Amino acid sequence: MKRALWTLAVLLSHWRRHPMQLATLLIGLISATALWSGVQALNQQARNSYDRAAATFGGTRTAMLVANSGVSFPQQLFVDLRRAGWPVSPVIEGRIQIEGRSFRLLGIEPVTLPAEVGNAPTIGKADLQSFMTPPGEMLVAPETLSDLKLAEGARPQANNALLPPLRVQPNLVPGVLVVDIGIAQNLLKMPDQLSRLLIGKTTSKRASLESIAGDKLRLIEPDAETDLERLTDSFHLNLTAFGLLSFVVGLFIVNSAIGLAFEQRLPVLRTLRACGVSARMLNVVLVAELVSLALVAGLLGLACGYFIAAALLPDVAASLRGLYGAQIPGHLTLKPQWWFAGIAISILGALAAAAASLAKALRLPLLAAAQPYAWQQAQRRWLTYQSALALAAFAAAGGFLWFGDSLISGFAVLAALMLGAALILPTFLEFMLSLGQRYARQPVGIWFWADSRQQLSGLSLALMALLLALAVNVGVSTMVESFSRTFLVWLDGRLAADVYVNAANDAQATEIKAWLRERPEVEAILPGGRADTQLAGAPIEVLGLPDHATYRDNWPLLQSTEDAWNRLRPGDAALVSEQLARRLHLSVGDRIEVPASGGNWTLNVVGIYADYGNPKGQIAVNFAALTRRYPEIPLTRMGLRVASEKIPTLISALQEKFALDDRNVADQATMKAESTRIFNRTFAVTAALNAFTLGVAGIALLTSLLTLANSRLPQLAPLWALGITRRRLAVIELLKTMSVALITTIFALPLGLLVAWCLLAVVNVKAFGWRLPFHVFPTQLLWLAGVAMAAALAAAALPVIRLARMQPASLIRIFANER
Amino acid sequence: MNGSGPITRRGFVGGALLAGFGGKALAQGFAGLGESADGFAPVVPGRTFAFPADHGPHPEFRIEWWYVTANLADANGVAYGAQWTLFRQAIAAGGPQEGWANQQIWMGHAAVTRADAHRFSQTFARGGVGQAGVEAEPFHAWIDAWEMRRLVPVNGENIAPLELKASGADFSYALRLDADRPLVLQGDGGYSRKSLREQASYYYSQPHYTAKGILTIDDRPVDVTGMAWLDREWSSQPLASDQSGWDWLSLHFNAGDKLMLYRMRQADGQHYGSGKWIAPDGKTDLLASADIMMTPLTFTEIEKRKIPTTWRIAIPRMALSIECTPLNARSWMGTSFPYWEGPIRFAGSHTGVGYLEMTGY
Repeated sequence: MKRALWTLAVLLSHWRRHPMQLATLLIGLISATALWSGVQALNQQARNSYDRAAATFGGTRTAMLVANSGVSFPQQLFVDLRRAGWPVSPVIEGRIQIEGRSFRLLGIEPVTLPAEVGNAPTIGKADLQSFMTPPGEMLVAPETLSDLKLAEGARPQANNALLPPLRVQPNLVPGVLVVDIGIAQNLLKMPDQLSRLLIGKTTSKRASLESIAGDKLRLIEPDAETDLERLTDSFHLNLTAFGLLSFVVGLFIVNSAIGLAFEQRLPVLRTLRACGVSARMLNVVLVAELVSLALVAGLLGLACGYFIAAALLPDVAASLRGLYGAQIPGHLTLKPQWWFAGIAISILGALAAAAASLAKALRLPLLAAAQPYAWQQAQRRWLTYQSALALAAFAAAGGFLWFGDSLISGFAVLAALMLGAALILPTFLEFMLSLGQRYARQPVGIWFWADSRQQLSGLSLALMALLLALAVNVGVSTMVESFSRTFLVWLDGRLAADVYVNAANDAQATEIKAWLRERPEVEAILPGGRADTQLAGAPIEVLGLPDHATYRDNWPLLQSTEDAWNRLRPGDAALVSEQLARRLHLSVGDRIEVPASGGNWTLNVVGIYADYGNPKGQIAVNFAALTRRYPEIPLTRMGLRVASEKIPTLISALQEKFALDDRNVADQATMKAESTRIFNRTFAVTAALNAFTLGVAGIALLTSLLTLANSRLPQLAPLWALGITRRRLAVIELLKTMSVALITTIFALPLGLLVAWCLLAVVNVKAFGWRLPFHVFPTQLLWLAGVAMAAALAAAALPVIRLARMQPASLIRIFANER
Repeated sequence: MNGSGPITRRGFVGGALLAGFGGKALAQGFAGLGESADGFAPVVPGRTFAFPADHGPHPEFRIEWWYVTANLADANGVAYGAQWTLFRQAIAAGGPQEGWANQQIWMGHAAVTRADAHRFSQTFARGGVGQAGVEAEPFHAWIDAWEMRRLVPVNGENIAPLELKASGADFSYALRLDADRPLVLQGDGGYSRKSLREQASYYYSQPHYTAKGILTIDDRPVDVTGMAWLDREWSSQPLASDQSGWDWLSLHFNAGDKLMLYRMRQADGQHYGSGKWIAPDGKTDLLASADIMMTPLTFTEIEKRKIPTTWRIAIPRMALSIECTPLNARSWMGTSFPYWEGPIRFAGSHTGVGYLEMTGY
């Protein structure tokens, strides 16, 4: 034991003499742990809130019965099914407006609510009576209460009715109001109607569904995964991929730092072995040292991860809300597992990164013979082996692309592609460098290329990190830029009216329309309406478009029949959103059947339009046809065509006359600005992670170069002895680093474009249901290449400056004690 | 709830179907002689019963039940028990409201018992929408798929013949009940006292049913015959504050007599007992607390509770001294309001079968 402690003390003394190295090692471990656990914290936070949503009285985790056509069905079916032995519990759902904001209203029946559905005041709890007896209670999440700026017990107004007193239910998902079913039916003006029946898990003999409900109801089996989880999968996969990438790049740093420390401690290790310390003991002590370092770095990394997650959370929450309507609480809460997982991954990562060095220490020969050319043979074998692996990875990428049909396979294409590119990089570099060597004439020139090749095995890991970071940066920024450009054009098409108005109710809408007709500056009033229904088991929106040139000229159609707009007019045709078309494999000319109030509505698909950012499927029909088929929908929305200079006065007149606030009347420019702001936030996280990754790759390069700088003195000393000045040597070294970095960068650019293509044509289509056109942005590529070269320069500067200032004595010593 | 307080059913007048509510009701139970402070009708002596109307619900009272127990046997003499119970509880006073605003909550319990098996199920429903309810004429009580329905031809006020059905995950039964003798008003003309203070209920029974039908345990149906007993009870007042539960028995003597007995257990050990002896000729004898001696003999531990499952019962005035043994000592109703209820047999001065119910352990 004492011997072990002494050995540890000797090994640790190395770090005191090389604090920079210790810092590098810790930075590597910290950045690996920090980014990984930061991303995990974000994912965990989001998943927790999806669970809350799923547990809200019949999320998709519960089997349920829903209407086969239309959105509701008579309550008598509930009674009939109960009487036939079905353990069902009724739910009604709708939306209500409180102070101009829309909330999801759920009416539940707590007495029959299956116990596993949770969250409800159940039989036996004191709150059941107050929930059910007038005035009842309205359960809300704490977040909803603070959003409404109301206190518990307050009774807000909605739909001209006084709501039950608010009561906080911490497990509830934000944006949802839960009341007793009878109260909800009254508020939604749907007496004796239900939206769905939750099926309890208790089993007993029951009659068949058809014998009770005919074809009025259909069964939806429970889903292990919620809709929200499915929708947001791509987002989290994206985050996880970035976290993993940063983790791997961080491990590159650890690997080179440990490699350097090992290299420098070789004499010490030999001396210790010669003094009688067994190889096993040495290894145990090395592992103990590494684990303690990993523990410290892991804790620091977790703290950083926490801050990263907390800093990114608002953007992540905004993205998820904007993209999928998912509500994520704004403050971070973490489970203990997160801390343990973070520490564990730090230790495992450190051990993995140190594996090669530790194996070397175990087999350390006491007296190593100099093998000046051994590296060359080793490197050749290693390159052949790696190239074979790279080809296998490329083949796998092709396979995933060809046969895969899921989001995971999309990411697998990306992963295999990048892995293959990383593995092939050293061969590519070797090829380029040997090409350079062949055309070199001067001895120093030949040495320049030859020595660069010799350096490859030491630098390749760091260069791979640079390649991956750069390619991902190119790919993601190309995607974001493509999206941005398409999105803005699309927004122009979708927001074609000049002013948008949302009245408080139908009566006010009629009043507003009458008033607008008297205003000369209003060129057209375009009524709007939206119904919610379902198609192929998923909820969809049905949008009503007035027959007006504003839409004909601007609507972002991707493909359509020639006379699409004329064919919409009779009310038997529809335009379908791209997402919906892809999901249901619809194309122009197909027919769909949409449940409507009076039975199914058969529609011909006459066009497909872009509907970016909408998680729900959408179809657009003629407005008059929509109101005929869904007479119950509110007609409170309208768009106005107004001469642009008259817009501000019209808006203020509207606000004054009808007491509308900013949320209910807005001009096109404001809405566009708002949409663009949300859009930009969506990619803020990606951009931040991108920058982190590139930074980590830069550090990886720096540490690799530091490692090499030391071990390469035996190669440089003879050149110095031959008369090349330290200054010149330093310039040569810098040029060598910059040339391999440049080759890597050049290799990374097409790879990055390939990644962008994959993201746009494979991953996005699977994740969101839309395909964006692929654009190349040369200035952006140049900028990124410049950043990469700057990173390489910064990384190379320190070892080069050190070389330029090296004491001649240090160089002479090389000849004295060649290892 | 979960057994911490006194539990429902006979004797337990105004039982707390909803916890929390129980506490409130308890506090109000001593409000006075007149109409109780919370607006429910009081139970007072001297009520005139009217049938068939009184077979239906009495929503002006807080709590009410329709309770059937049956001692059955198959062709080989294997004994079974069956229980069918519908509880009604009002969560607020006042005339019954329409639809979901209705203040009634219904609870159904059903069970079957064999020497080696006891299966039970429970279900809940709100009144006003049709999921559960009771109609007096023609008599029909139901909750979900369970029901008790009067069949034709009508047998006057005997509330017979009846069809009785219930099923759970691993059992079911369908019985036909016939009776050729009239109902029996329990207590003093249907006014049944539960303590020396105000606690009381309206209580009548039909102890004379013969039963016939099919009983299924684990998908193996058997034809059964036997005897059944219906209890009807309603009240507004809760158990007295010092009463922790009760032990109740219904006995079918082989000689044709019937006996109902209960004792309300009090904290001071001075339990309040009562009973009624029903002779084959229809004559009844009201038994007072002092007449009845009930002594637990052996205990069975179920869910960390010690339940007295065999009893010695002595009524010296009637020359009765018997020992009751359960068909299945683990006839535990592990429902939201857990209690012990199961078929028994007895021997001694008299022999026969019956049902035992014990709550508050």
